[in-house]
Amino acid sequence: MSKFPADLKYTKSHEWLQTLADGTVKVGITDSAQHALGDLVFVEVPEAGRVLQAGEPCAVVESVKAASDVYSPVTGEVIVGNARLAGAPELVNEQPYDAGWLLHVRPAPGAATTDLLSAAEYEKLLQTEGD
Amino acid sequence: MVDFGGWDMPLQYGSQLAEHHAVRRAAGVFDVSHMGIVDLHGTRARAFLELLLANDIGKLTVPGGALYGCMLNETGGIIDDLIVYFLAECSFRLVINAGTRASDIAWIRRHAHIFGVEVLERTDLAMLAIQGPAARATTATLLSDHGAHAALDLQPFCACAIDAWFVARTGYTGEDGFELMLPVADATRVWGELNSRGVTSCGLGARDTLRLEAGMNLYGNDMDEDTHPFESGLAWTVAMKSPARRFIGREALEAILAGGSQRKLVGLLLEDPGVLRRHQTVLVPQLGEGDITSGGYAPTLERSIAFARLPAAAGDAVQVNVRGKLLNARVVKRPFVRFGKSLVH
Repeated sequence: MSKFPADLKYTKSHEWLQTLADGTVKVGITDSAQHALGDLVFVEVPEAGRVLQAGEPCAVVESVKAASDVYSPVTGEVIVGNARLAGAPELVNEQPYDAGWLLHVRPAPGAATTDLLSAAEYEKLLQTEGD
Repeated sequence: MVDFGGWDMPLQYGSQLAEHHAVRRAAGVFDVSHMGIVDLHGTRARAFLELLLANDIGKLTVPGGALYGCMLNETGGIIDDLIVYFLAECSFRLVINAGTRASDIAWIRRHAHIFGVEVLERTDLAMLAIQGPAARATTATLLSDHGAHAALDLQPFCACAIDAWFVARTGYTGEDGFELMLPVADATRVWGELNSRGVTSCGLGARDTLRLEAGMNLYGNDMDEDTHPFESGLAWTVAMKSPARRFIGREALEAILAGGSQRKLVGLLLEDPGVLRRHQTVLVPQLGEGDITSGGYAPTLERSIAFARLPAAAGDAVQVNVRGKLLNARVVKRPFVRFGKSLVH
């Protein structure tokens, strides 16, 4: 069964977003997303300093089956991408909310976000998608 | 589950990577019952196959032998690739692809008729492929002592009937192993017994990455009715030295050979990080472009590989347009992996 921590926000395109105490955010893909993709074999994360618009493709996750874009849930500047994933893309499968995070972003002041869902709302979305 | 030639088939049972490694390191079992099994009977069956196949049926001199080859149309295009097993002098068995099954059978019947050869589809048989270094020994434990002996005595690319089963030392993974054709009613039990002996259930996903590493073509990806064997890495399956062999497509192939094949199918090794996929464009310096026909991640090599159809004069260094970026790739000999070992340097 897929798991969705209650302290995270979720997007309709299956990213999660965690707001840290300093106001910066971490972004990854959800447990249901990694499960649907299957074994990940290549992850491309953005360079530090890149400025992202909410909804813009910001990373690529490729599994044995297919390549998928990851969309930034927020407008802001990339602090760092998760460099560990270059040598260990399977971390996204094994720990999607933890060691498998993709990027760390400093939101612009008053930054726009894509539509964000609570864990309960995201689970409902998955049900309507027939997952 | 995915639709594959009209069959609902699992891409994977668990982790596709784990299934792949199980076959390279121990043993895995694939349900390949979607493949068509077609028996041919008749005193002129051999003469019929001489016409039907671009490979030389005359290479099968002893019952139990198997031969890989292509059925061509009149323009030299590949109708299907198949394995033919020599059962007895008037009796042969073909194993054909699922996606082309109906059109293959129509084509076979059309020509078999002229030779008075009976064509019998064996829908009563299931087919399981057990592949990997431990595959043969483990499969043998399901047989009687006598049957196990016969199975383990089989040379590569040979087959024999053992009770109600047909056991062939063939496969599509680059590993040793068997393909079993057995009554449908036995298949589920045998699958379970193989699992209980440590053989991993494997889906279509692992089948694809294993055959890619093994350098084996997939019909519909790497060749079809619009491509001929010389541009599909299959020249080795065309026997035309003897002018007496008048197989279908021969005249077209002679014309192609006279002019020289314009394209070739090669192996590609991605040198930059990323994943090669089917339909990506390959840029060949000075010569133009080619296409990736099959590509993906090679779990044994931990990097990406592909097959690509390129201009015949292409050298070793090429670039591939991967999601808008030009990545460097190198032309290498196929197979990439054989018997669990990387052949890429």
